[in-house]
Amino acid sequence: MSALAYRTLGLIWLGAVLFFLYAPILVMAAMSFNASEFYQLPFRFSTQWYARLADNQEILDAAARSVLIALCVTAIATTLGSMASIAMFRHEFRGKRLLQVLLFPPIAIPWLITGTAMLIFFFGVGLGRGTPAVIIGHVALAIPYVIVVVTARLATFDPTLEEAARALGADAWTVTRRVTLPWIAPGIVAGALFAFAVSFDQFVVSYFLSEPGDSTLPVLIYTAIRKGFTPEINAISTIIITLSMTVMLIAARYSKFGGDR
Amino acid sequence: MAHVDVTNLTKTFGTFTALDDVTMDFPDGGFFALLGPSGSGKTTLLRTIAGFLFPDRGAVCIGGQPVSAVPVEKRDVGMMFQNYALFPNMTVADNIGFGLRVRRVGAAEERRRVGAALELVQLGDLGNRRPHQLSGGQRQRVALARAIVTNPRVLLLDEPLSALDKALRIDMQIELKRIQREIGITTIFVTHDQEEAMTLSDRIGILRAGRVVQSGPPRDVYNAPQDLFTAGFLGDANLLEGHADGTHLVLTDGTRIELPVRPGVFEAFAVRPESLTLSADRPRGAGINAIPAVLRQRIFAGAMATCIAERAGQSFKVVARDRDMPDLPENGEVWLSWDRDSTLTIPHAS
Repeated sequence: MSALAYRTLGLIWLGAVLFFLYAPILVMAAMSFNASEFYQLPFRFSTQWYARLADNQEILDAAARSVLIALCVTAIATTLGSMASIAMFRHEFRGKRLLQVLLFPPIAIPWLITGTAMLIFFFGVGLGRGTPAVIIGHVALAIPYVIVVVTARLATFDPTLEEAARALGADAWTVTRRVTLPWIAPGIVAGALFAFAVSFDQFVVSYFLSEPGDSTLPVLIYTAIRKGFTPEINAISTIIITLSMTVMLIAARYSKFGGDR
Repeated sequence: MAHVDVTNLTKTFGTFTALDDVTMDFPDGGFFALLGPSGSGKTTLLRTIAGFLFPDRGAVCIGGQPVSAVPVEKRDVGMMFQNYALFPNMTVADNIGFGLRVRRVGAAEERRRVGAALELVQLGDLGNRRPHQLSGGQRQRVALARAIVTNPRVLLLDEPLSALDKALRIDMQIELKRIQREIGITTIFVTHDQEEAMTLSDRIGILRAGRVVQSGPPRDVYNAPQDLFTAGFLGDANLLEGHADGTHLVLTDGTRIELPVRPGVFEAFAVRPESLTLSADRPRGAGINAIPAVLRQRIFAGAMATCIAERAGQSFKVVARDRDMPDLPENGEVWLSWDRDSTLTIPHAS
């Protein structure tokens, strides 16, 4: 095949990927501005679904709860995960390999099974269902992602820098704060974004662990579309996507996430 | 400033003995080179003095105080690393000022001392640059300034010049020596480059397999190596194979050569390449040893020339200034001669 054919094929491929990624989202966003409740065409612009959203206390509560849970999860998982990465980077200890290996199967275990197991466990220890259980569950799911991302960043860190700082009289905390953290900050930001996304998108585990009437946004949306789909769901989804894409773009701009620019 | 003593240091890593009962002292204000092949324990010794490693047995004293149990951040040492280890997220001035900030000297005092350190290493106006904007030699100077700005009791250098190309390395050697003299700090540096060790230091220690085989001023160690390893490691040496017979050495083919008159019992004898003279005719004179050989190769290296001659299956290296080296045909008969007193007499065959 000629170079031109390769190039054309490549462009078609790229176009297809972008189409399948973004077309459903764009359709949903468009429909959130359509006056018709039943997705009827021709398209008539309206903001009535957004206006009705403001009156839907149930959706607003769930959205607020989801954001709050995701922020807690991000803070806890990013802190614990980064600390674990640094510890594994700095020290050799017995069982380190085993620990590193054990961190990753949870990513591959189906969430349905993880969720069931957590539910049984939390009832067993007397915690039961509710927001604390959801947060703990999400943290457990998010930590491996944080460790993977932060460890990848640490692999580019020269450990001699820590030695140089110690030789200059810096204690362990100063070394971490002034030398190690500035270098791995982009990795920590990326890890935090992953943790936020894992929690905010989480449906299965949240569904098992949240109490009725106290559900997160994905659980509420699922329950709502079982009763009957309303364009209000499109409206809240469009708001969420706009917000999260803005955050991601800003983070990508500052953390060089996804390669140098 | 302080002198450093290490006594009976032993350090093992698993089954590997990196330091084996090492005792050494490093006088106040001296420039000491630790020289040895890789795996000889020189870096382990430096890192133990720095406080990155703790010995299994033995003691480290700095300025008379035992510091064996003190970690590096409390030892008040300056350290320079092979790869410079400059903090990439800080400017040159912040790199140099790091140790001062840790010690909370205050902003004005920090600025003054960083400025003075920049002057000392001749980088006056580069304080606002980032490390990645500097050349190799400039990074080197920043690393040195950072190591000495806190006035540490001892300066430790871990192969500090090995990442530089040759011309720059020689410049930095001169610079390092100047700065060390100017501030008079006790300096210990590790190198595997014997020429660098001899150029810079006023004392060297040769390490092999975790032991110090010899130490002393470079000229003494070079002229009177105590074993064959040192003779071959510090400079080159042509081993003379044979057995001693009173004042003479009988080579394996029966040739008798004269030995210098020195007290002691010697087990091996060798001649430095630069002590040998190459000639077409046999030189004569009192105290001159001469043996016949076949010239195999002549290697031109600018100012210096090296010749390889062969005798009874053994090859001899001869080094002289190129203009002093006679132009003799390869594979022709030549004479190798040397002054009896320049023979190296080695007490331990090792």
